[in-house]
Amino acid sequence: MPGYRVQDILSRRSLVSLLAIAAVAGGATAAFAYAGGWLSPGRLQPAQIVNALEGHDGKHDGFRRAHAKGLCVVGHFDGNGQGLALSKASLFRQATTPVIGRFSLAGGVPNAGDGRVTFHSLALKFDLPQGEQWRMALNHVPVFPVATPQAFLDFQLATTPDPATGKPDPAKVQAYMAQHPETKAFADYMAKAPLPSSFANANYNSVNAFRFTNDRGQTRVVRWIFTPEAPFEELDKATLADRPRDFLFDEVAGRLAQGTLVWHLSVILPNAGDPTDDATKPWPDDRQRVEVGTLTIDRAVAEDDGPCRDVNFDPTILPAGVSPSDDPLLAARSSVYAVGYTRRTGEPAAASALAADKAFPAPASSQPAAKESAQ
Amino acid sequence: MKSTTFSGAARLLHWLMAVLIIAMLFIGVGMVSTVGASHDWLVPLHKSVGVTLLLLVLIRLAVRAAKGTPPLPADMPAPQKAVAHLSHLVLYALMIALPLVGWSMLSAGGYPITVWGAVHLPPLLSPDRGLYASLRHLHTYLAYALFLTVIAHLSAALMHGLIFKDGVFQSMAAWRTRR
Repeated sequence: MPGYRVQDILSRRSLVSLLAIAAVAGGATAAFAYAGGWLSPGRLQPAQIVNALEGHDGKHDGFRRAHAKGLCVVGHFDGNGQGLALSKASLFRQATTPVIGRFSLAGGVPNAGDGRVTFHSLALKFDLPQGEQWRMALNHVPVFPVATPQAFLDFQLATTPDPATGKPDPAKVQAYMAQHPETKAFADYMAKAPLPSSFANANYNSVNAFRFTNDRGQTRVVRWIFTPEAPFEELDKATLADRPRDFLFDEVAGRLAQGTLVWHLSVILPNAGDPTDDATKPWPDDRQRVEVGTLTIDRAVAEDDGPCRDVNFDPTILPAGVSPSDDPLLAARSSVYAVGYTRRTGEPAAASALAADKAFPAPASSQPAAKESAQ
Repeated sequence: MKSTTFSGAARLLHWLMAVLIIAMLFIGVGMVSTVGASHDWLVPLHKSVGVTLLLLVLIRLAVRAAKGTPPLPADMPAPQKAVAHLSHLVLYALMIALPLVGWSMLSAGGYPITVWGAVHLPPLLSPDRGLYASLRHLHTYLAYALFLTVIAHLSAALMHGLIFKDGVFQSMAAWRTRR
């Protein structure tokens, strides 16, 4: 029997055993490297998409890599019980659920002007009983410019400003658009569709489809929409460049200093054949809608003091009764947001654009009326 | 007389945890490097297996305390014995630390901690952005350390089984408890 000395271990009779052990250890390590993507440079990784976002709009330490400019809101949701036929999610009970959220504009520049033809967005976090949460990341446009994570990356890269001109290379944009008629259709839609004049009078759409399961185990794929009580008005696209930098955020904070804002949540049921795996394709307006409750936003708080800044609004954080559909954007959103979240939380938090804005209305609690009553 | 093999409970726990830990390392490294649909089910699976492993390692420590371990061969040199003991200490430390760091990290990020489909664990600490980022990186580094320690442990076990043939491999690999 060989002993424990080095010359015994390295002896000729141990050679085959040593090779076998090296093969096991090396094989396991190679398999691990393969699982981690180190051996497959062709695999699309979430960090590549975050890198592309940073390349597109610059890297702004401490801020979200997308939808960098935002405002926290606090409110509640009142379910009317109708949603329970579709999903057993506790949000749909006849009960009140506390909500925090964030109004934002698309783009990765934290102090960008609000006068841009872009998404008005609302992210929400519902705190349900027993530690359950439902997080949503909603846009005023019901569809998305791309259908897949690869197309998202390609779109970001094609529209990244050229350092020499400060503008995207038209040839790259054209080449991308030629490959992606869905993005071209989206751009045409954004150019001609009216932009809401306020965060307060915009619809907010789920964008992706999700799977609902009720307590009898019946499953349906749905989208949803929050429709505002505030009447729709259109933003004048011709004068966008002349508006004050933070006019949209100032405007909604002003409204919230005066009173609450209310949206009605409706679940949209598709007809057979409506696409559930492609967020670039709208469902026709005549699809059945089931109103399931109302969202009330009570007040706004700048991100610096607000409850939303350090929240990752990952739309796959879902309660029992709701799960992701087969839309390939959903897993990518989760995985990419996680990488962005780790990067920005590892950087010091910087002051938001609104914190330094003198025109930004103070929250209701510090309004003169409150001060008077304290005197 | 002291047993030459680990107790039946210890062997069962060892091999069950071995399978789960190796699966866990691959699930973890795979889920953070993909934007594909598998991300949707790998992340919940990772959390569920993680908390399962935390429970199993606590049971395993109790079994180890109650049943003891077979001695290493008397003729094994002292430095090698020291390395063997140290490597097991590192394995246990990582088996306990990884799920606790994962749980703490999700707590610091303000995430819901959902396991086994519908169980919501309480947060271990309050939301804290800087702490989240630190714990998230620590989770990765500890996982790489555990992978390397597992590979070293596996290689050493195979050397005992194939080269030294001193009963150490059999003490964990035996089907029946032997005296």
